[in-house]
Amino acid sequence: MTMSKQSDDLTQPLEAGRTFFNTGMTILSGVFTLLGLIPLFLVLFYVLSQGFSSLNADIFTQLPAPSGTLGGGFGNAIQGTMIMVAIAASISVPIGVLTAIFLSEYSRDSGFVQYVRFGVNVLAGVPSIVIGVFAYGVVVTTSGGFSAYAGGFALAILMLPIIIRTTEEALKLIPWELRLGSFALGADRFNTIARVILPAALPGIITGIMLAVSRAAGETAPLIFTALFSQYWLEGLNKPTASLAVLIFNYATTPYADLQHKAWGASLMLLILVLIISIVARIVFRRRS
Amino acid sequence: MTASSKPQIENLTTGSGKLQADTIARWLFQGAAFLVLAVLVWMTVVMAISAMPAISKFGFNFLIDKTWDPIQEQYGGLTFVFGTIASSFIAMLIAVPVGLGIAIFLTEDFLPENVLTPIAFMVELLAAIPSVVYGLWGIFVMAPFIRAFETWMNTNLGFIKIGDKSIFGTPYGPGLFSAGVLLSIMILPTIASISRDVLKAIPKSLRNASLALGATRWETIFRVMLPAASSGIIGACVLGLGRAIGETMAVTMVIGNTPQIDTSLFAPAYTISALLANEFAEANEPLHIGALFYAGLLLFAVTLIVNVFAEIFVRRVSSGRQ
Amino acid sequence: MSSTTTTSNAYQVRNMNFFYGTRQALDGINIDIPAQSVTAIIGPSGCGKSTFLKSLNRIAEAETKVRIDGQISLFGQNIYDPKVNLTQLRRRVGMVFQRPNPFPMSIYDNVAYGPRVFGTKGNLDALVESSLTKAAIWNEVKDKLRTSAQGLSGGQQQRLCIARSLAVNPDVLLMDEPCSALDPIATLRIEELIENLRTQLTIIIVTHNMQQAGRVSQNTLFFNTDESRIGQLVESGLTKEIFFSPKDKRTEDYITGRFG
Repeated sequence: MTMSKQSDDLTQPLEAGRTFFNTGMTILSGVFTLLGLIPLFLVLFYVLSQGFSSLNADIFTQLPAPSGTLGGGFGNAIQGTMIMVAIAASISVPIGVLTAIFLSEYSRDSGFVQYVRFGVNVLAGVPSIVIGVFAYGVVVTTSGGFSAYAGGFALAILMLPIIIRTTEEALKLIPWELRLGSFALGADRFNTIARVILPAALPGIITGIMLAVSRAAGETAPLIFTALFSQYWLEGLNKPTASLAVLIFNYATTPYADLQHKAWGASLMLLILVLIISIVARIVFRRRS
Repeated sequence: MTASSKPQIENLTTGSGKLQADTIARWLFQGAAFLVLAVLVWMTVVMAISAMPAISKFGFNFLIDKTWDPIQEQYGGLTFVFGTIASSFIAMLIAVPVGLGIAIFLTEDFLPENVLTPIAFMVELLAAIPSVVYGLWGIFVMAPFIRAFETWMNTNLGFIKIGDKSIFGTPYGPGLFSAGVLLSIMILPTIASISRDVLKAIPKSLRNASLALGATRWETIFRVMLPAASSGIIGACVLGLGRAIGETMAVTMVIGNTPQIDTSLFAPAYTISALLANEFAEANEPLHIGALFYAGLLLFAVTLIVNVFAEIFVRRVSSGRQ
Repeated sequence: MSSTTTTSNAYQVRNMNFFYGTRQALDGINIDIPAQSVTAIIGPSGCGKSTFLKSLNRIAEAETKVRIDGQISLFGQNIYDPKVNLTQLRRRVGMVFQRPNPFPMSIYDNVAYGPRVFGTKGNLDALVESSLTKAAIWNEVKDKLRTSAQGLSGGQQQRLCIARSLAVNPDVLLMDEPCSALDPIATLRIEELIENLRTQLTIIIVTHNMQQAGRVSQNTLFFNTDESRIGQLVESGLTKEIFFSPKDKRTEDYITGRFG
């Protein structure tokens, strides 16, 4: 068989079936894209509209009102989130940045690198609730109770892969010629990294750390049974600690409108943090790559 | 050594003080990297040891037993395993086609590049919203919508049954279906963004070859682009699945937290992650804690396997395309 | 302008201007390209010879935003008529690219791709065999039709791509520097193939290799850029005349420079 010569007419229209399939799929993919964006706008819309009305000065400075009474705030949750994220950052930033340097700068001479990179990817995929279970097993059971330490520890493990990935990304954006230039002047690897590479990559690294911080600040699952929650200002790092994320979870599942409103307010704060940092990160990594 | 006035020539082979700092630094970097791997091992060991009381008591029966009763100290995880699988399955059913549709839409030239780039960024932003915020939104905004949809389905399609029970049973709002829909929104950016990157990496020449043979745009996409990108797309979907399986807060807030296996898509259910979120803080009995660790270990193992799979698929793409 | 139908011409190009966005790439092209023969397009890089080729099956517009003035007719029909069905046009005008680009599927599926897209009924096996035979690669691949096309050598891949084009029975075959990625032996086999196919269809080949143009073509078009870096058709005619008695100084310079 040879494929028969079709009519010479170039304007003979595409068969109806093929036309239908082609236009139909175009429309479908457009509809899907719209469908994917709708939740984003809906979430933003509701968090903004519900959240703004609940924000006032008390929110930041007051403790939660005794149950059954209106008013009060969640200053302690803001404080708790900040403290636990600080604990987490102080653990994960040094380990994360050092690991990323190893991955980026020593990848040429070590087979170990690919195992580490694999491990980092696996760690990034571990559900945050499992990290919470781990932190419970390591810190809560051995130290005898829920604490800011335990929460910070869990958040640190959560932040680790994010910091490693973004830092490695930032280091890889530094042109290889810069390293060669430094080597050619007789500098060793350590000096090249410390004096040339790190300063050049600093904006990217800081952005990565901020991304990890914003992600950790919004995380709930690793905190509910490590830091638990508290109605009071922080009494010590070894005591149960409030956080914005757990507050949203607790308040959202109560039947009280006043508390639900506060949950929207806390969501707004987290969302603003996340959005600003995401947009900054986008700009930093966009411009440099 | 005698003092000499002629300029000293450094021996090129001896290690100077600087070189030692270099070695120490290297060990420091390598040590940190080692620590990251150690965390994974540590995690496995701690969870396995803590789960031991429950593992030795229930063994693999844990997986097929439906009873979860802290008072009788009888722990079986089947209802939670079911809820996890079912909610993830619903999420994938929605997110895979929609995510692929978005990925294709963003790689084709239906709209100019300066419109598509912000859209792609907005899709990625979906991944940045904290899970608990999705949960809050799910309870107060999405669930009422879903209930209306479920009511409609129940009235019109309620007659479709397994045995004598409807698939589209009583509309609750919070339940398996709500959890699946919310999960699909949350894993959408994973599937869409990675698939888009993979599709973008396919050489333009393949696309042109197909068009030059007289194929239409969508014939080219289905017959050439998607098959060529299949490995990476599977990787993206598996990564999305891993996220769905482990996702906790949003699911806990909308799934209804009822340990049961119901034929109705709309019935409340329970997932492993929600079980951990709800019971860990209040568990006191060693066996209860052990059973929760067992469930946690199970979740850890499953997501580990899923992520290793995804890693292999995605890696095949990056190594296959040079 | 009324288009006169001449059976001996495959393409008639009249006052054709080509723009990438706002940048003009080709200016005032007028040429008839005879059917059932090989036409070579030569010229320095950036002269618009590939652009010209890509305007003949309208594949240029699939890559980026372009605008084309004037008229290009294929056997008397204006291919830039808004009513033209692009899939139909591209079925009748096959294309072979600079680098072999087999699809990541089996040898068989590569050749069967076009017929399947067009829903051709009948014996697909026979069609695949005859296409591979025409492309002079059947004997090399007949025992491994189901293996991946990407395991073939570069030259074999390029002949497979030719077979893939032939499977939809085109009237014209466009070749965009088809040998630039191949070794001399593989190049020779493609040239022999072009020689054999000449009687069956119209071949238009862009090449940067003067000897190749001299060996395979009957007619030659010489493109060059003017002082504002816009491509234009400087000279056209029988290959023999272009090579041995060029009328234009620029053609002569280019050809002698290339040969020397």
